[in-house]
Amino acid sequence: MMRAVSDALVITKRQLLQLTRVPEVLIFNTIQPVMFVLLFRYVFGGLGADIPGGYVQLLMPGIFVQTVTFTLAATAQGLAQDMEKGLIDRFRSLPIARSAVVMGRTLGDGLLNIVVLIVMGIAGYVVGWRPTSGAFKIFLGFLLLLFFGYALSWAGVFAGLISKDARVVANVSFLFTFPLTFLSNAFASTTSMPHALQYFAEWNPVSTMVAAVRQLYGFKNTFGATANSFPSQHPLTMSLVYMVVLMFIFIPLSVRRYNSAGNRK
Amino acid sequence: MKSIVAQGLVKTYRNGQVKALDGLNLDVEEGTVLGILGPNGAGKTTTVRILATLLQPDSGHATVGGIDVVKNPKAVREIIGLSGQYAAVDETLTGWDNLVMFGRLYHLSSKAAESRATELLEQFSLTESAKRPIKTYSGGMRRRLDLAASLIIRPKVLFLDEPTTGLDPRGRMEMWNVIEKLVKEGVTLLLTTQYLDEADQLADEIAVIDHGKVIARGTSDELKSEVGGERVEIVVAEADLIRTREVIDRVTGAKSNLDEGLRKLSAPVSNGGQSLIEVVRELDAANIHPLDIAMKRPSLDDVFMSLTGHAAEEAIAEETAIKKKRGAKK
Repeated sequence: MMRAVSDALVITKRQLLQLTRVPEVLIFNTIQPVMFVLLFRYVFGGLGADIPGGYVQLLMPGIFVQTVTFTLAATAQGLAQDMEKGLIDRFRSLPIARSAVVMGRTLGDGLLNIVVLIVMGIAGYVVGWRPTSGAFKIFLGFLLLLFFGYALSWAGVFAGLISKDARVVANVSFLFTFPLTFLSNAFASTTSMPHALQYFAEWNPVSTMVAAVRQLYGFKNTFGATANSFPSQHPLTMSLVYMVVLMFIFIPLSVRRYNSAGNRK
Repeated sequence: MKSIVAQGLVKTYRNGQVKALDGLNLDVEEGTVLGILGPNGAGKTTTVRILATLLQPDSGHATVGGIDVVKNPKAVREIIGLSGQYAAVDETLTGWDNLVMFGRLYHLSSKAAESRATELLEQFSLTESAKRPIKTYSGGMRRRLDLAASLIIRPKVLFLDEPTTGLDPRGRMEMWNVIEKLVKEGVTLLLTTQYLDEADQLADEIAVIDHGKVIARGTSDELKSEVGGERVEIVVAEADLIRTREVIDRVTGAKSNLDEGLRKLSAPVSNGGQSLIEVVRELDAANIHPLDIAMKRPSLDDVFMSLTGHAAEEAIAEETAIKKKRGAKK
C-alpha cells in the first residue's frame, strides 16, 4: 500500500517536473481562466445591477467550477499522450502498483488546479470579488472545487485510456465539458432558459457545484434559486453525491482499463 | 537453464479475426541471444509483449526466469528490461530526469537512482546530453536512452523489440556496439528484427517466424546450410554455356541452374573450396575461360525466401500496403 502511494508520487513528481521543463503549459493553464474572468467580468458585468455585490460575486464561483471541469480534458489528453508515446507500456513493464500511474496523474492534475485556483482567486479579487463568509468557508469552497476537479479527472483517465489519439480525446472532452459548463447557472440564470434546458441545467453537476460554492462564499445563488427541484434546493449534498458516484464508477474502470491497456491493437 | 520458455502461445485480435500468434514455441538458454526474425505482422511484437507481461495470451504458457508470465507478472517485471518499438521515455523531460524517474519506479532510493543514472548515461555516451530534453535527441540517442532505461535494475532477461528500426546506418552501428557489449556481460537477450543482417550480427540463434509460428530455428550457419549450403557460380560467354554446364554437372554431381539472361550457372557443392578448385581445373582443361567465378554462401535473405516462399522485404511492403489501407478507412 505504501509502495503504491510512493510509486504514484513519483509519477506526480514527473508531471511537476514537466511543468518546470515546459513552463508554457502552466502559463497557458492559468492565463486562460484569468482571461475568462476579465472577459466575463467586463462584458457581462453590467447585467446584474440588482445582484448584491454585483455580477462578479456570482461569476467567480461559475468560472472556478468551469475551470476545474476542464481538468477532465487535461487528464484525458495527458494519458492519451502517454499511451501514444508508448510510455504507458513502459510503466506497465515495471514492477509498480497497478494504480500508480493513474493515481499519480490525477494527483498531479489536482495540484495544478491548486495553482490555477490561487491565481484566479487573486485575479477575481482584483476585479472586485469579495467573499463575505470568512476564511474557513472560503477554504471549504476551494476544497470542494479541488475535489470536484479530482473526481472529474478520473473520468478523464478513462477517456484517455480508451482513446487512440491525444488530440482527438482532448477535443472530444472539450466538446463535452464546454456546453456542460454553459448549460448551467454558472454565468446566467437558469430560470430564463427553455423548459427542457432548464431541467437539464438544474440537475447539471456544474450547477449544483456553482450553487454550493456561491453559498460557501456567502452569496445567495439567485441564478436559479427560484427552482424547486432537489438539486436546486440541496446543491452541496447533490454535488457530493455526484463526486462520489463519479469516482465510484471511474476509479475501478480506469484501473482495470490501465491494466489491460496492452490487450488492444 | 532456460531463461525464456514459450509453449503454444496463441493470440488473436479483433475477436479472433486477426491471428497474431498461432501456437508459437520457443526457448532461450540463459546468457544467450535469440533473434526473432520475421516481417512486419509475423507476430514478433506480440511475442515480446506477452513475454514482458504487457499482454495476455489467449492460450499457451510462458515463463521468464522460471516465473509464469500470466500467473505472476509482477515477479517477472522485477527481472526484465524492455526496450524498442513499444517502450518509451518522457520526451519533455531530460535524459537524466527520465533515468532517475525510472530508477525510483524500480524502488531505488533517490541516491541510488541518481548514481545509476549517471552510470548509465556514461555507459551510453549520453553524459553531455544528460540535461537536455529528449525532444532534442537524435533517433539514435533516443534509442540508447530508451535502452539505458531498461537496464536500470540490471535485468536478467532483456527484450529488445526492433531496436534499430528507423535508425540511420550510423545510429544502427552505434546500437549494435552497445548491444554487443551488453551481451558480453552475460544478459539473456531476446531480440526481434526485420533485418537479416542484424540477426546475423547479434544473435547466437535465430528463430524465423511467419504468420505467428516459428518456421525454422538454429544458428545463422545452420539455417543457411538448411537452404542448401554453398554454391559455385560461374559466368561464361554465351557460346561456352552448354559445355560449361556439362563440366559443372560432372564435377559437382548435381544438376546446375542456368540463368540465361545473366549467362550464369550455379550448382550446390558439398566440400567448399575443394570443389571450386576442381571446377576451375576441369574448365581450364576444357579450354573454357570463365568471366566470373565465385563461391556463394546463402544469405539469410535466401533462407527467409526459401522458408516462407516470399522475401522479407516483400512481406514488409505488403504489410505497409495493408496498414495504409486501414489508415485510409479511418
